[in-house]
Amino acid sequence: MTNGKAVIEANGLNLTFQTNDGPIHALRDVRLSINKGEFVSFIGPSGCGKTTFLRCIAALEAPTGGTLTVNGMTPDEARQNRAYGYVFQAAGLYPWRTIAKNIKLPLEIMGYSAKEQEDRVRNVLELVDLEGFGGKFPWQLSGGMQQRASIARALAFDADILLMDEPFGALDEIVRDHLNEQLLALWARTEKTIGFVTHSIPEAVYLSTKIVVMSPRPGRITDVIDSPLPKERPLDIRDTPEFIEVAHRVREGLRAGHSDEE
Amino acid sequence: MRSEGIRAIWAVLTVVGVILLFWYAASVPMNIKGVLTEFERAGQQVDPPKAVDRRDMSEFELVIDNPYAIDETWEQDRPRLPAPHQVAEELWETTVEKKITSKRSLIYHSWVTLSATMLGFAIGTGLGILLAVGIVHSRVMDLSVMPWAIVSQTIPIIALAPMIIVVLYSIGIQGIIPKAVISAYLSFFPVVVGMVKGLRSPDAMQLDLLRTYSASSSQGFWKLRLPASMPYLFTSLKIGIAASLVGAIVGELPTGAVAGLGARLLAGSYYGQTVQIWSALFAAAILAACLVGLLGMVERSVLKRMGMAQ
Repeated sequence: MTNGKAVIEANGLNLTFQTNDGPIHALRDVRLSINKGEFVSFIGPSGCGKTTFLRCIAALEAPTGGTLTVNGMTPDEARQNRAYGYVFQAAGLYPWRTIAKNIKLPLEIMGYSAKEQEDRVRNVLELVDLEGFGGKFPWQLSGGMQQRASIARALAFDADILLMDEPFGALDEIVRDHLNEQLLALWARTEKTIGFVTHSIPEAVYLSTKIVVMSPRPGRITDVIDSPLPKERPLDIRDTPEFIEVAHRVREGLRAGHSDEE
Repeated sequence: MRSEGIRAIWAVLTVVGVILLFWYAASVPMNIKGVLTEFERAGQQVDPPKAVDRRDMSEFELVIDNPYAIDETWEQDRPRLPAPHQVAEELWETTVEKKITSKRSLIYHSWVTLSATMLGFAIGTGLGILLAVGIVHSRVMDLSVMPWAIVSQTIPIIALAPMIIVVLYSIGIQGIIPKAVISAYLSFFPVVVGMVKGLRSPDAMQLDLLRTYSASSSQGFWKLRLPASMPYLFTSLKIGIAASLVGAIVGELPTGAVAGLGARLLAGSYYGQTVQIWSALFAAAILAACLVGLLGMVERSVLKRMGMAQ
């Protein structure tokens, strides 16, 4: 499943926000290594630093201590080398652009030729099952389709890493199941490395090869679980004993993180 | 949809009807003293017959005592308050029946004011957009320009307009420019405020998204901030163009200008031509409504083409 090469490596990573109420330890001593092709979920209650860690990888936040490398570079350099695509909680499509034009946005900024842009838009639309919707405006699509379009936008420029911050958090469970299934298929086809923030235990267990359990105040990693589930995962794998066992361990990890606190 | 449209038309007609009724009713007491004085001069029997006695009487009492005079209150040459049909007749005569080149044509005067309005609006809008871009991109400009923009609007334009005209005249600028400057002075402000809000309307997530692409700030401006500001811009433009028209009219008042709606208002008040004043006022209101309506149409078509209106 992995070829053992670390694409993201964090060592003793610290991030402290200075606020009027004193410093907040968003991340403390985070050590984690993510290999190429892994699907890593970050799970934990709000304030545990899961999103912050993802934002550090994307160079949207600057750590205050420790080291973090992405593809062997600093996060800033990695971003300039288009190492990752980022999918936010909301689709964030521009309402004045059609779906195809939205997907072209990063390509225009990065200076791809018009021909190349067309080809790539066609490819990624097919990848997220949105063929024929390129000419539609975002408001003409359902929430789930909009989020798929935003995933297509993140895939358009061949980044090896896909960072997803609760991308399906605002969608209902049925749509979410469907998108999870699609995401796994997409991951299998593209062999991307995926970092996925969620607060749903079933979602984390269903999707991941590695589950990182985090806990708040200070934000830190309490458990890292390598999933024993096979790569082929139909939706009903969620009823198997293996699945339930992993889910149980995640729940235990979350509970342990919490009891530290009170 | 159709019945809704008809209901809307009825609602508008009802309001117009009520206003017209009120207007006709108000014309009677407003004009009764003048009418009775005319009757007295013409040798007609008036109750009471002496102007001195009528002076301190209430207008309503006079109307009740002299009901035959009511018709005439709507037909005076120089009424205190002209009746709606008098204003409508004057509007008709001075727009449709007069040649456009005539000095009495309201179309001609409207055009004079409109040209200053459009020039001022263009200057004000351009200036407003430039200032907004500066304010959004530079903290120094945000702190230094915005307070002055707000202060500028607290000075009554009627006090400032003569000074602007005098100062510009002394350096040899006259004609349409001073009016356009006053017009721009009034119209830049709503554009600044609206555009600053519009350019800042993209949320943190959208800005983060551009950062993940390592987009430059000019790419952020052209691809995100500017298109996102369009709905705000049009709202501001509609306020701005109405303000521009007011500015151009105000700019015509202190110079004793011979042409323009402001000049018509001024001349009307010099010579007690109330019908002329009211028709110039209506011309200004109709002009403003047309300009705002036109902008509304441009707004709808632009936003529709952009996909931002459904």
